[in-house]
Amino acid sequence: MAGIYIHIPFCKQACHYCNFHFSTTQHLLPRMIAAIAKETELRKTYLTETVDTIYFGGGTPSILNSSDIGLLLSKCKQVFNVNPNAEITLEANPDDITEEKLIEWKQIGINRFSLGIQSFVDTELQWMNRSHNAQQAKDCIELIKKYFDNFSIDLIFGSQLLTNGQWQENINIALSFNPPHLSCYALTVEHKTTLGKKVEKNIVTDIDTEKQAQQFEILMQQLKDANYNHYEISNYAKAGFESKHNSSYWQGKHYLGLGPSAHSFNGLSRSWNISNNALYVAAIESNQSVLETETLTPTQQINEYIMISLRTSSGIDLNVVEERWSKEVCDKIVSLSASWITTNHLVLHNKKLQLTQLGKLFADGIASDLFL
Amino acid sequence: MKNIRNFCIIAHIDHGKSTLADRLLEDTKTIGSRDMQAQVLDDMDLEREKGITIKSHAIQINYPYKGEEYILNLIDTPGHVDFSYEVSRALAACEGALLLVDASQGIQAQTISNLYLAIDNNLTIIPVINKIDMDGAMIPEVTDQIVDLIGCKPEEILHASGKSGIGIFEILAAIIARIPAPKGDPQAPLQALIFDSVFNSFRGIIIYYRIMNGTITKGQKVKFIATGQEYDATEIGVLKLGMEAKNHVGCGDVGYIITGIKNAKEVKVGDTLTQSGSMVERINGFEEVKPMVFAGIFPVETDAFEELRDCMEKLQLNDASLTFELETSQALGFGFRCGFLGLLHMEIIQERLEREFNQTVITTVPNVSFIAYTTRKEKIIVNNPAEMPDGTKLDRIEEPYIKAQIITQSDYIGNIMTLCLGKRGNLLNQSYITPTRVELTFEMPLTEIVFDFYDKLKSQTRGYASFDYHPIGYRDADIVRMDIMLNGEKVDALGSLIHRSRAQDFGRKLCEKLKELLTRQQFQISIQAAIGAKVIARENISAMRKDVTAKCYGGDISRKRKLLEKQKEGKKRMRQIGNVEIPQEAFLAVLKLD
Ligand SMILES: Nc1nc2c(ncn2[C@@H]2O[C@H](COP(=O)(O)OP(=O)(O)OP(=O)(O)O)[C@@H](O)[C@H]2O)c(=O)[nH]1
Ligand code: SF4
Ligand SMILES: [Mg+2]
Repeated sequence: MAGIYIHIPFCKQACHYCNFHFSTTQHLLPRMIAAIAKETELRKTYLTETVDTIYFGGGTPSILNSSDIGLLLSKCKQVFNVNPNAEITLEANPDDITEEKLIEWKQIGINRFSLGIQSFVDTELQWMNRSHNAQQAKDCIELIKKYFDNFSIDLIFGSQLLTNGQWQENINIALSFNPPHLSCYALTVEHKTTLGKKVEKNIVTDIDTEKQAQQFEILMQQLKDANYNHYEISNYAKAGFESKHNSSYWQGKHYLGLGPSAHSFNGLSRSWNISNNALYVAAIESNQSVLETETLTPTQQINEYIMISLRTSSGIDLNVVEERWSKEVCDKIVSLSASWITTNHLVLHNKKLQLTQLGKLFADGIASDLFL
Repeated sequence: MKNIRNFCIIAHIDHGKSTLADRLLEDTKTIGSRDMQAQVLDDMDLEREKGITIKSHAIQINYPYKGEEYILNLIDTPGHVDFSYEVSRALAACEGALLLVDASQGIQAQTISNLYLAIDNNLTIIPVINKIDMDGAMIPEVTDQIVDLIGCKPEEILHASGKSGIGIFEILAAIIARIPAPKGDPQAPLQALIFDSVFNSFRGIIIYYRIMNGTITKGQKVKFIATGQEYDATEIGVLKLGMEAKNHVGCGDVGYIITGIKNAKEVKVGDTLTQSGSMVERINGFEEVKPMVFAGIFPVETDAFEELRDCMEKLQLNDASLTFELETSQALGFGFRCGFLGLLHMEIIQERLEREFNQTVITTVPNVSFIAYTTRKEKIIVNNPAEMPDGTKLDRIEEPYIKAQIITQSDYIGNIMTLCLGKRGNLLNQSYITPTRVELTFEMPLTEIVFDFYDKLKSQTRGYASFDYHPIGYRDADIVRMDIMLNGEKVDALGSLIHRSRAQDFGRKLCEKLKELLTRQQFQISIQAAIGAKVIARENISAMRKDVTAKCYGGDISRKRKLLEKQKEGKKRMRQIGNVEIPQEAFLAVLKLD
């Protein structure tokens, strides 16, 4: 069981909140595709397991034509042992989606879509500098549904513009399409983004955390009522439609990241490629490594396990902790969790420590409290 | 012995002592070009980072002059007021001093105070106008100032530039010609003044001394007069850039000794070293330090108290101006109430504990030392707000006063007057040193100057003012204790002693600052400042509603783990009062007020 993440570092335009690695000029695109294909070969020893998921993320992978994606996919299949039933996801923006392209993508083997919808409010989409409008968003979901039954809708809540009423409406519109999966993110103001700069210069007010908390509560309630499983802090799925690829991050499975800024994990260390398109391409073309690596100490491994698993609905599995580390570690975590249990943020259930609905609002603070 | 010269370099801060020492060491080939760097004697990281000397530093120069070999023991001293105790101890080991005056700045406040210290120690003064390479050098004016101050002849004043290496050989010649060789009887029993020491984790305590009488030989038994304890002189030697072991260190010379002592309590700076069995007297050591400000230092982890004590004792070996005694706080547990010579000193102690001893500590609100008289006529020294008797038992309070000398250009008199009167100061005297330079003398409460006075003075005069002060005793004062309460619980470590007229404003600012520094928690936090039962200021921090980041995919994991690990570290440093967690910085909030 392993996954491959392929980072396509290009976007049409920069969304104001986004701090992912991407470029808005595409002149390096042909060399980039060749470089990623080459990196696939250069790193063939990284994964020995069967590959069960492949994920095209970005940036905006949907700006690629299907032959480029097809090339990268077949490269993966050629170099690695890819499960014929692998989950193969493509992140896509509404304005890139046409019926023709969908057919092609389906033909080359894409079987899951993650749609960058973010909002159905036009003023907010403009404010975020998204390259699509609400109508395009709706049309594209309709179109996707014609060809694919496995897809996810991305939504953002808690922006300075979005009222609670609008958020409820956004959720309702999304639910009207009966999507099998939703990813909903609280807007974060990141340094060095347009939004970040505007906030720092007081042109835009900072995030209202009270409102974000309310919208998170609204979301949890509405999706619970609609029978979605809140299987990770930001992810909701109908039974059986949990993202296999993302779940592998949270289950400590190994994954290989290809392309600039992509991260890899082999159980013991985390590595990441340089976040610069030109340097990445040049290095790969001349067979040089662009990787930085960090080996995890046992404490760091435990802390990661705590942080990640706490965010999932299954929670921290104390049996796993005891098995992978020790009884002492397990006892330590239990004793650190005591005060959070009394305040009803955590429950200990069948040797699993899980966040309550209230606890989900404080996952970070709780995780860091439980750290060793 | 006739060829030994012991001298120190003294001056106002930044007048170029350490730079001049560089040239003396370089031109006498004491330090080779490979080891040379600017202000080479400032070998503590903190000194290099701050660009100032914190510790006096002794080093021996061998210098052939007119066919004879001379030993010149140089001690570079700090200029900042907070380290004047370093200067006074260096002076005790010397017969002469180079008094530097920056040619572009002229005589400043610590030029005068350090000069008087040197005169009190009967040192021969060699006046040097330094930095003559500068465009702004005012050699004739500065010459007049020096002549007026020390009553020397203009021809006796040397001209130098440590930076450009001008006048170095003239200085060396003057040191040999003008400073007397040490007196003392080489045949007499050993009598050596311990002027500094340092803890070394491999070698034990290294002691620096100046031999007044007798000599010291490797392997002999030595005795510390203060404790009566005897030890073997396992290693002795002189101080070059590092230590240089010798078999003998002679009368009049400056050297080091290692006896393998590891326990800091067995050594005291100011003590006298003699030989086994000898009955020689203790040399008059140094004046006791008089701390100016007091603050609590507490270990971040409450169980690290004993370790902290051990480290404080070791640090004290190398900083004789640090004093401390046990203190307990409800909020912070066991710690020490420490006396410092000023806020910079306090900052340096905290930094050194962190860097040299790996001790992370919480420092509390500093205050000066008050005297409280109770209705039953008891006199209580109050170094700590908690020690202040209750209002009902209190008769009156006295606060320490100082006399402040401020030297400035006449343009800034107005600004300085406003500043000092606003600090409850009284102008005592105003005298013109030159037509454009004036010395103002104020008396002021010490508490008004320890906090931000120096920064304010600098900004009010664009840096054209220097300042020195001396305690002049205690006066009646209307001082109150202001408490801070979080969710109704008093935080003893945030209490402060303050003049009643300042309390309201101070309380309001402190509450505002705490509001900034306290992290939100899952409930509302009320912050109140109170005198007795009367609340004089308040703020509220609303409850935190959400603490979770949106994304946690491949690339986010390490970054997020590191962030949360850092938060965990931060939380460890927090202290709990009732249900409120207080970060370390909050205990120092007072210092961050303007
Ligand atoms: N132009 C010029 N600058 C100098 C000279 N001597 C020192 N400086 C500069 O003055 C500043 C202070 O020099 P230091 O030698 O550190 O002064 P100090 O007297 O040892 O300072 P403290 O020990 O902190 O009191 C530094 O920036 C030096 O580069 C000189 O002769 N000429
Ligand atoms: S949010 Fe997506 S489309 Fe927008 S800039 Fe970021 S990566 Fe590109
Ligand atoms: Mg210096």
